[in-house]
This record gives sequence, structure tokens and C-alpha cells, in this order.
Amino acid sequence: MTSTLGSDSDSEGSRAGEDAGHDGAPQPHTIRLELADEPGELLAALEPISENGGNLLSIFHERGSITPRGRIPVEVDVEATPDRFEAIVAALRDAGVNVVQAGAEQYAEELVVVLVGDIVGADLSDTLRRVEACPSASVADVSVNAPAGRGESSSARLRLATRAGGGSEALQTVRDLAEEKGLHVIEPLAGGGV
Amino acid sequence: MTAGKRLAVVGAGAVGGSVADLAAAYGHTVVAFADSSSAVVDSGGVDTDAAIEQKSADGSVGDADPEEALHADYDVLVEATPTTLDDAEPGFSHVRAALERDRHVVLANKGPVAERYSDLRGLERDSDGAVRFEATVGGAIPILSTVGDLNPTHVTAARGVLNGTANFILSRMAAEGIDYEHVLAEAQDLGVAEADPAFDVEGTDAALKCVILANVLAGDDQEFTLEDADVAGITDVPGSALELAAEDGRTIRLVGEATREGIRVGPRLVPQNAALAVTGTRNIVQLETAHAGQLNLSGRGAGGEETASAVLGDVGRLG
Repeated sequence: MTSTLGSDSDSEGSRAGEDAGHDGAPQPHTIRLELADEPGELLAALEPISENGGNLLSIFHERGSITPRGRIPVEVDVEATPDRFEAIVAALRDAGVNVVQAGAEQYAEELVVVLVGDIVGADLSDTLRRVEACPSASVADVSVNAPAGRGESSSARLRLATRAGGGSEALQTVRDLAEEKGLHVIEPLAGGGV
Repeated sequence: MTAGKRLAVVGAGAVGGSVADLAAAYGHTVVAFADSSSAVVDSGGVDTDAAIEQKSADGSVGDADPEEALHADYDVLVEATPTTLDDAEPGFSHVRAALERDRHVVLANKGPVAERYSDLRGLERDSDGAVRFEATVGGAIPILSTVGDLNPTHVTAARGVLNGTANFILSRMAAEGIDYEHVLAEAQDLGVAEADPAFDVEGTDAALKCVILANVLAGDDQEFTLEDADVAGITDVPGSALELAAEDGRTIRLVGEATREGIRVGPRLVPQNAALAVTGTRNIVQLETAHAGQLNLSGRGAGGEETASAVLGDVGRLG
């Protein structure tokens, strides 16, 4: 994951409205992660949990079942209040950890698009924030390739985790944003076109 | 094998010239050969070598008027004039003249099939002649005859890389990490791209082929023209986008899609090892079928002899 900016969500940003309040009782939650097969990755993924007041219940590190993208699936059970759980997930994404599932929200599908145009001038962080605000998608990672800098044509690859069946809504969100900002979207080919 | 046919070849560019040149090898006789300003007609068989030589020497194929070719005593009119949009003239009038005389027509010109499909089928219904147009989609690749064999009602979608110039440019940009303008200049030097490449790089040519496919899939239920197609070209694709795609095991191809619902052409992300990620000037069409799964047909999508082979294949299919 070189040149990854990670998710643009944070607890004070677009997700703040989803906070369930501060007086909820601690509950167990399951978080599914996919980690690179490198030393220290697991420890780095656990730090945001303890730092945000989560009580680690169990860790299931599935070293034997590497994903098609070469990642190791990890399932973490955490006890936390609803608002702390939100903060943990946001902190994990801020740290660039690939969160596949957090609590009940299942991100079942992956959608990769490339945006082309004056990416920097069109306010990339605003673009990411508004994609993240789409209820069916989460920005899993972002790579930017801007050889000529601001004002020139550059590209950004967005990997979106989308809920099952939410891919077309997520894609429409990206199309609308691109149209508004004068960018072009290079979409993946759907319908088994490989 | 049916008996050899008498052909009138209208259009003396790369495709028309190759049809005239190869006709004898397929057992046919060229009785008329015309370009936009001249013609040669000989019911005993045109000396095609001489006509092609004269065309390259002084720009005319003979001393006759091009109209005379349309009135010659032929079995099959081969329409290989340049593709024109909207009213698809003069190609459409050539087709009309042949069908009204109850002669067969084989098209290499996309215009009448993409822009006036209903009119074309209407003329064919009123005629004892038949219309075939394999050469209009995918050059040498037998796409439309395969769709015909499968029966268009059992083909749910067709998608593919249908413009060799655009594909050459994207392949070179990805392989060499150079930008669009540089690769376009190289393609023009190699003769892969025209001096005015707009028709290819803006997606129009691929869209016309998809419109033809959509017309065939829809049968008489619905007519499509270029206006119905959602078209984007490759001129806005920077090298940086191809690099990002490659980092992720993907590449970018100008992909056309045709279904009964519509036509879409644009640069799309495809896995680098996908069948659709053909390189260079190669074309591919992928057919989705109701009962036979997916079929991939790939090969040379352009070129005089390649396209002429599709034209002469159509001539052979006529009764």
C-alpha cells in the first residue's frame, strides 16, 4: 500500500452525526481487518483500539487463509461503548488499516475507480469526504499520481469498500462528484467483463 | 460452395481495392469497380490489377462514370465507400439502387447499418436481395456471423475493444510510460493512426460498431443510431492514470458495450490479465449468451485484406 492516504473519515467529520451518544453501555463488537503480511502490522492495528478505550476480547489471526489481494484476514472482538466503537473504527481507518467489516456494517464488495483531471485543484479531500458520506461506501484507500502538480491533468485511484448491492449507488455518487468538479471517471467494467 | 458471383465493388480504398484484388481467389468475378469519380465496367471481368495500378498512378480506376458501376450486370454490390454519418450518403443510395434491382448487398461501410438500420432492413424486406455486413464490426473477426449462428435473441450482451488505433495508443502509453500526444505522433508515423485521428480516439468508430451490434441484438424491436450511444474517447486519459491502474494489476482499455438497452463506449479499468486487455491494434469481442456462456473472439480488427476477407466471407454466405 505505497502512497496510501487512507480513509478521510474521522470522528469529528462526516461520521459524527452517527454517534449513538455517550451514555451507552459497553457492548461486544466484531471488527474484520485485512492486514499486509509484514512484521508489526498486527500490533499497529491493535494500538488504535486500546488508545480509544476498547477492551480487547479476542483476536483471530487467519494466517492460513490469505485473501486474493495477498492480505491476511484478522477478526478482532472488542468491547466498547457505541461512541467509543465509532472512534476506534475511525482511528483504524485513519491509520490506514483496511477495515472490511465493523460491527454490523458489512463491506462486501470492492469498487476501484480512477479519477482524471485537475485532482488537486478540485479539492481531493472534499471529494473523499463526500464519497465517504455516501451511506453505501467507505474509502478503503487512495493513491494519487500528479506528475505535473496543481492545474495539470493528474489521476487518483480510489478503492471503495461497498455494502452488498451498494456498488451502483457508490459509483453514481462518484460520477456526480466528478461531473460537478469537471473530472473524468474511469470506471471498472461491470458484468463479468474480464 | 455456391457458384462464383459477379461483383460490383464501389469504393477503391484499402478495403475495396483488396476485395477487387482477392475476389478471383474466392472464385468470384469483378464486373464493375468504382471510386467516387471514376469506374471500370466489363461484363467479362474487370482487369483488377490494371485498375488498381491506374488508381495509384493517376487516381482513377477507369474511364467510365461511377454511376455506370451501379447499373452493371452484377449479383452482389460490395459497398466499401468511406463511412459517413447522419443520412449515410452516398453509401445508402448505392445500397438502395442494388436492392431495388433485387441484387444482394455486402457492406464494409458502417454508415447505413449504424445510422439507418430500419431503412436498410425495410429496403431488404421489399427486395429479393439480401444485405450482409460482417466487415463493419471487427474487421476480419467473424462477429456478426457468430451472433447469427447463436441467434441474436440468445445473445444478451456484446462488449469489446473495437478500435485498433485507440488500443495501440493505450497499450503503448501503458508499456512505455509516455503521454498521449507522443504516442499519437508515433502511431501517425507508423500509419496506425490517421492524420486526423478524431474518429478513432474520440470513440466514434467503436461506437458505430457497437450501434451495429445493438441493432442486430435488438432485431426489429428497436433501432439505435450514434445519437443513442454514450461515448467517451481516450484523449483525456493521462499516463498517470495508466500507472495507477498498473500498480493495482489493472489497465485501461477503450471498451464498447452493446445491449438491447443501449450503447456505451469509454475508457474502462480492466484486469491486466483479462481477455479484454488485448494489446496493440488487436480487437476482441466478448459475447454473453443465454445458453452458451461467454465467447471471446479476437483478431485483426482492421486492414485492407483482413476486412476484404470478411466481405468475401459474406459474399460466400449469400444464396
